[in-house]
Amino acid sequence: MASLITRRKLLLGLAATTALAGCDSRPASMFLAGMERWNERVDRLLFSPTRLAPQPPSSELTPEAAFPSYFISDTIPFAPDNWMLMVGGLVTRPSVFSLEQLKRMPQTSMRIRHHCVEGWSAVAEWQGVQLREIARMVGASRDAQYVEFRSFDAGYFSSWDIESSLHPQTILAYGMNGHALYPDHGAPLRLYSPVKLGYKNVKYLTEVNFLPHRSGGYWEDQGYDWYAGV
Amino acid sequence: MGSSTAENRRKERRAQPAAIRLAHWINIPLLVIMAGSGLQILAAYPALGPRGAQYGWYPFQNDAPPSWLRIGGWLAGARHLHFAIAWFLILNAAIYLIYLVASGEWRRRIFIPRRDTANALAMLGYYLRVRKTPPPEDFYNGAQRLAYTSAILFGVVVVLSGLAIYKPVQLYWITAAFGGYDVARVVHLSCLVLLALFTAMHLMLVALHPRTIVTMLTGGQRG
Repeated sequence: MASLITRRKLLLGLAATTALAGCDSRPASMFLAGMERWNERVDRLLFSPTRLAPQPPSSELTPEAAFPSYFISDTIPFAPDNWMLMVGGLVTRPSVFSLEQLKRMPQTSMRIRHHCVEGWSAVAEWQGVQLREIARMVGASRDAQYVEFRSFDAGYFSSWDIESSLHPQTILAYGMNGHALYPDHGAPLRLYSPVKLGYKNVKYLTEVNFLPHRSGGYWEDQGYDWYAGV
Repeated sequence: MGSSTAENRRKERRAQPAAIRLAHWINIPLLVIMAGSGLQILAAYPALGPRGAQYGWYPFQNDAPPSWLRIGGWLAGARHLHFAIAWFLILNAAIYLIYLVASGEWRRRIFIPRRDTANALAMLGYYLRVRKTPPPEDFYNGAQRLAYTSAILFGVVVVLSGLAIYKPVQLYWITAAFGGYDVARVVHLSCLVLLALFTAMHLMLVALHPRTIVTMLTGGQRG
């Protein structure tokens, strides 16, 4: 189904990809890999843990039919009947949450402009629970500098820096525009935040792991930038 | 006394001082890579306006730029190129602009409306065959000053609008100044078009006056 790039383009970019993964010693790719590290440093300097993304007026809400929904499975992934969210890694209380438990927690609702790596933007309202609330509940360690998000969408995953993960607008969303998430937008639970590009906002969540190291991601491992701050 | 030494220093300077020549030639590959990788990025979503509200006035809605104009192979490759080379483009431009101001070179290059408007119009009249002779020129004529100053302006706006769409949350105030993300994207692409038009005009005029290429390589005569 819809994905960031076609397989053909992927093959075309294979050289650049392996180069950027750092396993190529050609000067050009080493230069680009170095510049990506430099850009991440600048990105981290620019990032403010308290600055909130502006909320566009409701007149700018995107009609839902026009809001693209990407997944890597061949068909829309559907949650298993016994779906639960597992939260683990460097935490004192590894936990499993049902959707009902998450919905009983304090809700955050925000109208946010989505920025896709492809260049388009779209606006929706997202309802969910702050990830930092979950981090507090499970007792995430100070050594956890990264958070990994896994899904049941054919193994799609991503990993984030802890600062962006604990941003007040980084939520585990179960609602979109006031209704429950639809399967094409990541039901039953997805990660959503205005501080990262769309491909970092993992849908169809199964696991959240607090980790001492970064663990890549589906698009990141193919050459897309890992930090991807907005 | 101070002004006379400055005057002497100006007189000793070549028509195209080394700093300007260097910045000029370095700028070419940087601009080519920025334009090509930018068009490759545009190809991922070759439309203007937000989802569900694409702009009706844009004639190339959903038409990707031709592949021979693109650099980087695919979206991620082009992004890495674009965000790496951008630093060098900005650095080169910053050095150039600082030199322009510090050396006083800006006086004979930058378009000053009160001084240059009449001359620029006369030059335009000459190009359009309304006028038989070109107006007198002092190093550059008014039209040249207008063209080169516009190119600098497009460069400043292309960088600012680029930052607006690169970091629309962390640099939200730049994005807001442009009227939002999707407007900033239009401005960014428009600057590319304007810079391309400038370049086309520049190359045409250089072809008509090939000696300017030599001057831009050697610096030309002093004084």
